[in-house]
Amino acid sequence: MLGVALAAFCVAALLAQAPQTPVTPPAPQQPSEIQLVISGEPGTPPRYAVPDFVALSPDAADIAKTLGQVLWDDLNFEREFYMIPRDTYATIPVARTAEEVPFAAWRELGADAVVFGTVQKTDANTIRVQVRLLNVRSRQSVFAKEYTGAAATPRLYAHTVSDEIHQQQRALRGVARTKLSYSSDRNRERIAGPVQNRDVKEVYIADYDGENPRRVTTNRQLNIFPAWAPDARAIAYTSYRRGYPDIFIALIYQGLQETPTSVGQNWLPVFSPDGTRICFTSNRDGNPELYVMNRDGSNVRRITNNPAIDTTPTWSPNGTQIAFTSDRAGTPQIYIVGADGLNLRRITTGESYADRPTWAPAPFNEIAFAARTGPGYDIKVYDLAGGDTRQITFGEGSNESPAYSPNGRHIAFTSTRGGRGTEVYTMGRDGKNVRQLTRDGNNYTPAWSN
Amino acid sequence: MPKDRDMKSMKRATIVVMVLLVFAGACAKKKPAPVTQPAPPPAVSTPSSSSASPAPTPQPVEESVPVPAISEDAIGNRSLEDLNRDSPFKPAFFGLDSSELDDAGRAIVSGNADMMKKYPRWVVTIEGHCDERGTAEYNLALGELRAVAVKTYLVALGISPDRLRTVSYGKEFPFDMGHTEAAWGKNRRAHFVITSK
Repeated sequence: MLGVALAAFCVAALLAQAPQTPVTPPAPQQPSEIQLVISGEPGTPPRYAVPDFVALSPDAADIAKTLGQVLWDDLNFEREFYMIPRDTYATIPVARTAEEVPFAAWRELGADAVVFGTVQKTDANTIRVQVRLLNVRSRQSVFAKEYTGAAATPRLYAHTVSDEIHQQQRALRGVARTKLSYSSDRNRERIAGPVQNRDVKEVYIADYDGENPRRVTTNRQLNIFPAWAPDARAIAYTSYRRGYPDIFIALIYQGLQETPTSVGQNWLPVFSPDGTRICFTSNRDGNPELYVMNRDGSNVRRITNNPAIDTTPTWSPNGTQIAFTSDRAGTPQIYIVGADGLNLRRITTGESYADRPTWAPAPFNEIAFAARTGPGYDIKVYDLAGGDTRQITFGEGSNESPAYSPNGRHIAFTSTRGGRGTEVYTMGRDGKNVRQLTRDGNNYTPAWSN
Repeated sequence: MPKDRDMKSMKRATIVVMVLLVFAGACAKKKPAPVTQPAPPPAVSTPSSSSASPAPTPQPVEESVPVPAISEDAIGNRSLEDLNRDSPFKPAFFGLDSSELDDAGRAIVSGNADMMKKYPRWVVTIEGHCDERGTAEYNLALGELRAVAVKTYLVALGISPDRLRTVSYGKEFPFDMGHTEAAWGKNRRAHFVITSK
């Protein structure tokens, strides 16, 4: 609340200032939504500069550098703006206050927008961050906010600013504050048991850019196939801690656990988009079929009925349909069925083997999956409106287990392209902008939080 | 060497032989103990051809006394850990993307069934495994089908289903880390683990 009031005050205060040099002054009118949006030269994306933040106290110097770099990276990730490389800022005088921002110098560099930020430590554990987004041509501040909080997580402030700039400037929901979950053997522990040489896999989470990896499960067993609840505070996964695959839900910030299933063996859970139901695979009726239950395990309904394998579900964005993998036609292919079990139809036609569908969120209308393209796999995307399929990886190692970001613009996946085992990557839904997120041990089957 | 030590070791040897004979007599039911050999590589089993009979030789061939690689009491008394590390069971192997037992697979499972009948208190878990070439998600289900196929056959051979558990590990736990046809063949298996005795 205070931040919003302060932001409004800041915005109003800056707009009331006279311009620095006597060029054409902006007309004295209230800003409209349209004028807050910074545009670039016609036909080109706006060019953004993000220098280091200014440390108002010397003990905030490192944080100031981190904030500038991380914000630049976050804004660069969505590819909405052209981010001017930071090594070209060397000739620009450093502004210590908003009044000192050298707009003419930034204009020479071709910047349309520049971020001016400050940070100071208010006590040993707390920082105050102030951010302005400035229109370089009009010299107006279009965005001004102040944040106060823990000093231990400086990246989070940059992520927050990035999301808010994307929201304001592009009406776009950014992913800078989202997280990835995946399964990892990086602890290099062995499972105790009658058979030797079996590696422990635990569930981990990390920031969307791979930073701050943290371990979620600690049971020294096989823990695989994590899936986020839509509130991003719980992860359902498959664990063999009982000696066979079963479904567990970790409430990750409370250190609690739910156990919704107790019949048969159960695996590959996925939450419905509203978080009230879970679709999963179970052998309780003799062969792997798909079931839907409430999150607490009640009201289990079977939705496939075929002696073939039916597995690997993913929900449609409005929760009325489920795409999944079935080999009822002889090889694994992608099918769609209503969440009520009706209207089953096949969607892959030209593939020898297709698995792990992931349904894109709105506004996109497509399903990505792993398709066998040789000895390994590549990620392909099926367009539901047109019925055509495009391929977005091309044999750089084997590429599997795709998972969409919550804004649908990116896909997390695993790849062996680095030549050193299986790692988690992200890429745009067009296959560009590939980024490696994990480097330690082998890391599998990522899931992307809201 | 002193004479009495000879006598003592002779006596000891005699006792051991007699004990072994007693045990052999006690444990033998309908068939003699099978000679267990180390498990050969998988798939095609061509029994050594005995159809081409050599011409009879005038000299008698020296007969060798068959010795079981694992003696009866040793199996019965071993710990679960030891048993599973040096298992009396053989894995059954599968073709690519398949969960059907072929003739060789059925023969192996049948041998394992015989062993289970000898030790009727053993509870066995059948693990289903896949090679690395399938996807992790689908392979969890394929491993399940493999384990169930073996369990079904064991039940048909007369093993009580109460003694049998199944679990799939998909491609999570390969037995051979190689990336060759030979390695993949070893990983497409139903693996027997004694879980209680």
